[in-house]
Amino acid sequence: MTKAGFIAQLSCAVFIGLLSACGGSDEAPSAAAPAESTEATATPAPSAEDNVVNIYNWSDYIAEDTIVNFEKETGIKVQYDVFDSNEVLEAKLLAGNTGYDIVVPSAFFVARQIQAGVFQPLDRSKLPNYKNLDPEIMTILAGYDPDNQHVLPWLWGTTGVGYNVKMIKERMPDAPLGSWDMIFKPEVVSKFKDCGVATLDTPAEVFPTGLRYLGLPTGSQTEENLAQVETLTMGLRPSVKYFHSSQYINDLANGELCLVLGWSGDVFIARDRADEAKNGQEIAYFIPKEGALLWVDTMAIPKDAPHAANAYKFLDYILRPEVIAAVTNYVSYANGNLAATPLVNEKIRADPSIYPDSETKAKLFPNVVNTPEYDRLTTRAWTRIKTNQ
Amino acid sequence: MSRAGYLALGDQLATSAEPLIRNLVRLAPIRILLNLFGRLGLRGRGLVIFLPYAWLALFFLIPFVIVLKISFADQLIARPPYSALWELSEKGYLTIKLNLNNYRFLIDDALYWKAYLNSVKIAFVSALICLIVGYPMAYGMARADKAWRNILLMLVILPFWTSFLLRVYAWIGLLNNNGIINNALLGLGLIDQPIVMMKTDFAVYVGIVYSYLPFMILPLFTALEKMDVTLLEAAADLGCKPLKAFFTITIPLSMPGIIAGFSLVFIPALGEFVIPDLLGGTDTLMIGHVLWNEFFSNRAWPVASAVAIAMLLLVLVILYLQSRFQRAAEAP
Repeated sequence: MTKAGFIAQLSCAVFIGLLSACGGSDEAPSAAAPAESTEATATPAPSAEDNVVNIYNWSDYIAEDTIVNFEKETGIKVQYDVFDSNEVLEAKLLAGNTGYDIVVPSAFFVARQIQAGVFQPLDRSKLPNYKNLDPEIMTILAGYDPDNQHVLPWLWGTTGVGYNVKMIKERMPDAPLGSWDMIFKPEVVSKFKDCGVATLDTPAEVFPTGLRYLGLPTGSQTEENLAQVETLTMGLRPSVKYFHSSQYINDLANGELCLVLGWSGDVFIARDRADEAKNGQEIAYFIPKEGALLWVDTMAIPKDAPHAANAYKFLDYILRPEVIAAVTNYVSYANGNLAATPLVNEKIRADPSIYPDSETKAKLFPNVVNTPEYDRLTTRAWTRIKTNQ
Repeated sequence: MSRAGYLALGDQLATSAEPLIRNLVRLAPIRILLNLFGRLGLRGRGLVIFLPYAWLALFFLIPFVIVLKISFADQLIARPPYSALWELSEKGYLTIKLNLNNYRFLIDDALYWKAYLNSVKIAFVSALICLIVGYPMAYGMARADKAWRNILLMLVILPFWTSFLLRVYAWIGLLNNNGIINNALLGLGLIDQPIVMMKTDFAVYVGIVYSYLPFMILPLFTALEKMDVTLLEAAADLGCKPLKAFFTITIPLSMPGIIAGFSLVFIPALGEFVIPDLLGGTDTLMIGHVLWNEFFSNRAWPVASAVAIAMLLLVLVILYLQSRFQRAAEAP
């Protein structure tokens, strides 16, 4: 074979490699194609067709009629893409030119993104409904976003335990429900290995939770504490079927899993899906008595948002009590809108695992932003746990 | 793919596309473009050769240089999250800063070479299974009569009409504990307990072999179709048993196809991310996933780039070896 032949072949093969790699890097496949189309509209040429707002939100995270109603009322077309991991959103934001006008990162990620200069400061004069927001939630957000300059709360929830009531009872009638022992005690969790245990696939959720269970400061960024929480998580490793941050919704609903360390609202979605399917699976969720992570997902406008004016209209629309209450009713996550609470269904409002009482609330704790060095250590520890090496 | 295969495919395409091309050339924008290229001294053959090279430079060489550049940068909390490599001071000094630590990571931490090694193992075994499964299929296709051949060829290409991602997802439905296969086996009373197939290395092999099998079959098919069947008749006349003829004549003559198919499966499987992520277990350690972690979890674009460059070097070595083999196979 000639040299040119070799090069042609090489480039062909590398191309295929690149293509498959590109396909793979996109966690949220449904978002890939629309993202491209939004880029096309990102060129600053205001025209009638330009009356759109491009939103990038989590999957399964909005009421069915939220967007339709907004479009009807304002005539602004909403292009709605979804993702399922903060990391994917952050990579897009850091690369720039996302074409999105509103993104919904978790508050814990926002601190670093603000530092990187990704978001524009919000002009509160364009948000008359700002007054509806819950001061308690805004104080938590101020921990990541000083003076609440850049982000507004979307919904908030906890990182706790979801389980299949019948399967747990069958295997362990006296299971320590209501405690992290369910997950972190090897002799307990190993009893549920056969019916499927899963945890979120991110050390940012699992490690602070483990630190709390061990009675160590959740924000400590020391190698000794990290080593302890790694050992703790290793103990549950043999019982875990998989680490994944969204797949457990389906699997919990259809009985492939019986115990998860997951996000409150996702477990409720699984519960509702099981109810709808009438498949006999009864799913429940609890906030462990030792305390749990409280996280807030936030709305922000990227600096290079092509339709910032429309973004403000959408933000203010979401800040209306009746709009966000409908979202809460649909997805079973609490919102950060004090005026909306009376409008939320009684069943959800009275559920202490969604709207915790003050005693439980006092035990919730926010996540702490890590240094890049500590991030690397936790990721490495996480890989060790997942792969056993 | 073997050059002979490419040429044959090219001939076929050229004859069927000729009227189309003739009509296309009449279109105004294309005429203007051709005129422009003509003025730059690019006509006919030169133009035909120039286009793929321009494509390669634009979509392979430039991205590669960008990745190479990032692999020598520092990680920053900024947009983009890495430092610039060079700086021109006001006094006209050009400072170039190359950070080699990103590559040192790859050597210091056993994680990376273990991931490379495991990826090579999974890709190699998958390519081997593809070869074993694909060879009889390609052989059957090449020996089928003309009318059937096109239908069979269609059937091999047909899966590409559905999204790759959907086809991998479909395997989840098949392999799950509550999936179609387990339910069927349970229903037939062949097993009492569902067989655990999802989230195992087995599922990864199934996914890769299934997804890349056409890349093995097509070059094998072109190689086998070109084969002179009278050689086998001659062997039979001289008293050679069919099995022996297969190993001494058919296999060596299809060697270019085997090597091409092997690398077309091996190389993309090496960097595969989607299949192990969806079907693989938590302990399936592949380089695609390590790269994902560096890029997304650590936000370490420079280290992620270094991982990618190292993988490219690995692929280069393999391609070099492959071209040596191919030359040996094509030598008379």
